[in-house]
Amino acid sequence: MAKGAARAVWKFLDDRFLISTLLGFAGKKTVPEHGRSFWYFFGGICLFLTGIQVATGGLLLLYYTPHVDAAHESIQFIMGGVKFGWLIRSVHSWTANILIGMMFVHMFSTFFLKAYRKPRELTWVTGFLLLVLFMAFGFSGYLLPWNELSYFATRVGTDIAGSLPLVGKGLKTVILGGPEVSQATLSRFFWFHIGLLPVAALTLVAVHVLLVQTLGMSKPIGERGTREIPFFPDFLYKDALGWTVILVLVGVLCVFLPWEVGTKADPLASTPLGIKPEWYFTFMFSTLKIIPAHILSLEGEKLAILGFMAGGLLWMLVPFLDRRARRGEKSPLFTWVGLALAAYIVVMTVLTYAVPSL
Amino acid sequence: MATIAAFLYPVVRYVLPPKRAAVSEDSVVAAKAGELAPNSAKVFKFGTAPAVLVNTPDGTLTALSAICTHLTCTVRFDGETGTLFCPCHNGSFDLAGNVLSGPPPRPLETYTVTISGPDVIVSRRR
Repeated sequence: MAKGAARAVWKFLDDRFLISTLLGFAGKKTVPEHGRSFWYFFGGICLFLTGIQVATGGLLLLYYTPHVDAAHESIQFIMGGVKFGWLIRSVHSWTANILIGMMFVHMFSTFFLKAYRKPRELTWVTGFLLLVLFMAFGFSGYLLPWNELSYFATRVGTDIAGSLPLVGKGLKTVILGGPEVSQATLSRFFWFHIGLLPVAALTLVAVHVLLVQTLGMSKPIGERGTREIPFFPDFLYKDALGWTVILVLVGVLCVFLPWEVGTKADPLASTPLGIKPEWYFTFMFSTLKIIPAHILSLEGEKLAILGFMAGGLLWMLVPFLDRRARRGEKSPLFTWVGLALAAYIVVMTVLTYAVPSL
Repeated sequence: MATIAAFLYPVVRYVLPPKRAAVSEDSVVAAKAGELAPNSAKVFKFGTAPAVLVNTPDGTLTALSAICTHLTCTVRFDGETGTLFCPCHNGSFDLAGNVLSGPPPRPLETYTVTISGPDVIVSRRR
């Protein structure tokens, strides 16, 4: 009787959602296995962490108040007055940082394996845009606790946008909701963080995952005759193992290093000594520190910002620039460029923390 | 196309913040006379932006904009060197507002300081 009912429900759903077809596709899907297939797991880890972000972010909305007089207090309440509030917020903040780190690893591993080559150019482009969007998530979320560090980080970050030629001033006003960081800014950043960016990011994630599923995993150049393993369940089990390791790591970090609340922002206070943005912005932050005030007749800061934008654009267009990889040939020049960029990011990030007087 | 534009126009106008009358003050009471010890400073609100009033070791009062000309962090007074320092990107200024080191491209705006009875008044230069 029960079996018959279950079969009827299954048939009802299958007729409408074509579940058998999807399972048939999953059953046939395979993943190449070779010496470098370890790097395939980082995409799945990013997806897993994105899920945690959505779940914990939704829970934080129950108690967070986006008002300059109450935002900091509401975070203090979450951390101290709500059962397991410290855990939910710490998981949200730690996974946000780990997610960005994993996205960098995923991006560079994809780059060095030349997985961006034809026909996966758009997978690379959507992946790069996702990194930019998640950095914007980080930037907008950083202000929400309305603390001293986030307040000044927002002032610096939005002033960088404001120094762009032609559109800068207007762009800064739209981002801030006025001439300076205020209640209007907090309201807008809240909207970016829980409204605009999630819609954009989830759409791009869907396109990115669809491309990965449709085109399959790329094999490194020169890798021939590799064996394939079934995606379901073999690869998925391995993926789940990676997720479990990350989850344990997040748990340990949250218990021993719960995310701090900081001091409430005071727009009239001097900027605190040793201020720096989130780690993933520090390579740009330190570049702005060491660049001379003027280079030829141009302001050094503007030149650096334009340089970062041009660099980002070229990086996004790599699949179309690397013609050797398109033909399935090794492209050592691009490998060296990638190594130089990775080294620059790592060295500048380490220097920001190791040499504060840089 | 025109229909899409007709739908988008109100949304774009809604997102652009409305213009509000700027709060612009030409002078403000920054402190009480004798409030600041020699070789110390106070950040105060001038219009909508922070400014800094410094009392030098010889008792001279100096006022400047506290907004760093590099990326708008609020500068702080360093009593040891007698300079204004921006912790964001290590820019430093002398008390005349001139850039001493670091990436700031322009000097800080300086203000006039007068003492009127018990008040220290800071005014914009004309």
